[in-house]
Amino acid sequence: MAASAESITPDVVEQHGLSPEEYERVLHALGREPNLVELGIFSVMWSEHCSYKSSRLHLKKLPTEAPWVICGPGENAGVIDIGDGQAAIFKMESHNHPSYIEPYQGAATGVGGILRDVFTMGARPVANANALRFGRPEHPKMQHLVKGVVAGIGGYGNCVGVPTVAGETNFHPAYNGNILVNAMTVGVADADKIFYSAATGVGNPIVYVGSKTGRDGIHGATMASADFGEDADAKRPTVQVGDPFTEKLLIEACLELMATDAIVAIQDMGAAGLTSSSVEMATNGKAGIRLDMNMVPCREEGMTPYEMMLSESQERMLMVLKPGKEPMAEAIFRKWELDFAVIGEVTDTRHMVLEWNGEVVCDIPLGPLAEDAPLYDRPYLSKEEYKSWAQVKPLGEVPESSDIGADLLRLMASPNLASKRWITEQYDSQVGADTLQTGGDAGVVRVHGTQKALAITTDCTPRFVYADPYEGGKQAIAEAYRNLCAVGARPLAVTNCLNFANPQRPEIMAQLVHALEGMGDACRALDFPIVSGNVSLYNESKATGGGSAILPTPAIGGVGIIEDYTTMMTMGFKAAGEHIAVIGPNYPELGQSQWLRTIHGREDGDPPHVDLADEKLNGEIVRRLIAEGKVTAVHDISDGGLAVALAEMALASGIGATIDAMTTEFAFNESQARYIVTYRNKGDLDRAEVPFARIGVTGGDALTIGSSAASIASLRDAHASFFRDWMEG
Amino acid sequence: MGFRSAVVTFPGSNCDRDMAVALEIASGTPALRVWHGDAELPERLDFIAIPGGFSYGDYLRSGAMAARSPIMRAIVEAAGRGVPVLGVCNGFQVLTESGLLPGALMRNASQNFICRTVSLKVENSQTLFTSQYDQGEEIQVPVAHHDGNFFADTETLDRLEGEGRVAFRYLDAVNGSQRDIAGIINGAGNVLGMMPHPERAVEPAHAGTDGRKLFASAVARLVDA
Repeated sequence: MAASAESITPDVVEQHGLSPEEYERVLHALGREPNLVELGIFSVMWSEHCSYKSSRLHLKKLPTEAPWVICGPGENAGVIDIGDGQAAIFKMESHNHPSYIEPYQGAATGVGGILRDVFTMGARPVANANALRFGRPEHPKMQHLVKGVVAGIGGYGNCVGVPTVAGETNFHPAYNGNILVNAMTVGVADADKIFYSAATGVGNPIVYVGSKTGRDGIHGATMASADFGEDADAKRPTVQVGDPFTEKLLIEACLELMATDAIVAIQDMGAAGLTSSSVEMATNGKAGIRLDMNMVPCREEGMTPYEMMLSESQERMLMVLKPGKEPMAEAIFRKWELDFAVIGEVTDTRHMVLEWNGEVVCDIPLGPLAEDAPLYDRPYLSKEEYKSWAQVKPLGEVPESSDIGADLLRLMASPNLASKRWITEQYDSQVGADTLQTGGDAGVVRVHGTQKALAITTDCTPRFVYADPYEGGKQAIAEAYRNLCAVGARPLAVTNCLNFANPQRPEIMAQLVHALEGMGDACRALDFPIVSGNVSLYNESKATGGGSAILPTPAIGGVGIIEDYTTMMTMGFKAAGEHIAVIGPNYPELGQSQWLRTIHGREDGDPPHVDLADEKLNGEIVRRLIAEGKVTAVHDISDGGLAVALAEMALASGIGATIDAMTTEFAFNESQARYIVTYRNKGDLDRAEVPFARIGVTGGDALTIGSSAASIASLRDAHASFFRDWMEG
Repeated sequence: MGFRSAVVTFPGSNCDRDMAVALEIASGTPALRVWHGDAELPERLDFIAIPGGFSYGDYLRSGAMAARSPIMRAIVEAAGRGVPVLGVCNGFQVLTESGLLPGALMRNASQNFICRTVSLKVENSQTLFTSQYDQGEEIQVPVAHHDGNFFADTETLDRLEGEGRVAFRYLDAVNGSQRDIAGIINGAGNVLGMMPHPERAVEPAHAGTDGRKLFASAVARLVDA
């Protein structure tokens, strides 16, 4: 072993984020001391970000199979069958820590990374979505963070030419020191042209394509696997810099090469860069790998193997080609003005061997790096113990609203329910000319050249998850299911992005475990498997004073299919004089509602319970009503309850409504499994088949509920006021 | 004989496919695709389209690098011969950078990227790109750009207005453009540059179909000729 004069002191081990016990494992795995290159490789491969060491045990309990699932978790993204020999490929991923440190580049490279996960598998990306959580708007950093993140997401997605069609943005003080940026990409591929990552064929060339390797992002995965200390700003150099132009070229070049039969395996270089891509490819292929570090295209002179292996420079891919295909492949990448270099070969050693200047600078057995990486069964609180730890106050007395219309205006102007137009207009939602709907319950994009369309939604209600992780986990899945049904799509599968705080705290681990249990139960009940995902832990910050954990935020990205896009449903009222009904049961459950929080400043009580049988039944009923043309508008009831949902339907169309008098509870509770529908004729909904309650009629230029009215103009102004006053005021 | 149109692809173009689809819908003939590095255009073209996107990443000024590519020399030469040339969004930026159209497109006044459907007024329905519209017709077409703020000196603006070379005008302020100009034509009337995307408004599935008449105008001129 050469070039390892550096001595590995306990300090060096700690700087690499490895515990003393983990370092013992390294010594055991190698049977000797590692050199610095090897230590660096263990450090990133065993980081939470790459190894899922705290969550793996519990992720295994999620349902991942259905007849239409082609590939579940474990590859770069999940793959589902969408008929006609086509597949949808999708995944959601976090870029939280980098986005807090450098919001524009952090968010931009988050989009870039998730796009690569999808086109790596052979899909042309057709839609982006996101799920964003920010702190309280008055926080001194928050405006800067929101502006930077939104500009970064737009800057990358717009340039690459993938429309951003769905997303959600919430504000809560729990994210003051640790915002969440979760990005999702959906792509479409031919089902018989899916590309996987398993490196096979001893002697096959390993090829590096894309951008050159620089010194940016070194140790990004390790950084993303720790709490923020006081020195978050000092970590800026660990944030990568994105180049969406190169990404666009890389997409076109990869898809052009994929149309030939040259590729054995392909993997993007994401977190932990060349290290994790090469380790995963060799591991998945049950092979070994030998790389010549002198062949790696470098942006700067004098880069060491350590830096090359740990760099997170963006827009790079690693491929295994069939022998003899190198010249043809190289010509394609040269045409797109991208780097192309054969940097090694597949071996049968089950070792990762790196050579530099003719000497071996790293020789690690692959088992300990990936399959046998540390796995922790971290202690967690039982549901009862968690409840007493969380100390959520019981709901207690809730006063009746004195004026439902006035409360509604305040809700519409609140940050969480405000119009997000300021954000969404910064994203090109139309490029590709296949976007059929944005701003409704789900984004909808046509599958190019077909009658089919994909519906996409992102959902999670973190305050529900905090109050009751199990029900909150169920609710995130149920809401995604509902949003897809509301546009007339058959829900197919989900991706998740599990954002939690420090898993070494039993109460945080309890949030993770119980939320996953709830998600798993919901996925099973709704036939809605999880096909890909990402875990982001240690989302807490000392930078804002005190170890403040985020709310548990298992964000969901749901995908559904509409067989004939001309049947797609939207939420705006269509005409005056139509009946309005609520489908689904209403329960007395104002706990954790937006109304309680916004009007009374309280986050008390249990979140609404989720009856999965109701969710399934009502979703199926709504889809049938849409398919049969019996309803003219559909909107799911979620944040803000019935009154807010009605206001959104009115604002989407400019048509008002007159609604029967109702209690505060009926107006604002967030009972699940409910939809608002409109229909033309009294007989269109059959009471024997549809559990509905007629509540009013469309028309006029105000939303009138009992004796209380809010004009559409005042609702529109309230809805627009938050971002207008905050960003332009 | 079919309508022979060509769509140019620069590295970073991302509306090239959408433009080709719109041209095929309007003409019934697939558009030819041209690579930026080509020195020559296909023969006997009836129409050349420069699509939206971020050519060369727009890392210098928007459209500046593309304006100096080999294919643009051929397009400038073809435009000189009277071949109709349409530049949309980044294509408009390329046309101003190449000197085929006057003025420049600066960063939006809001500093933000803007994606929304806007109302336009057809200011000149006598051009080969607008003959199917009524004079003064109001149409709805999406915009999606960061650098759409049209700027020219007063003398140039007055000349454009006086010669009827403002093809489209925004009905509401969108991006800070001088005199709300959304699209202009050259002196000979065969080059149109516009920031809004007519190719995103041609199918029933789109939010509107007001872009159709633009392509139909170009096709009708050929059929009539």
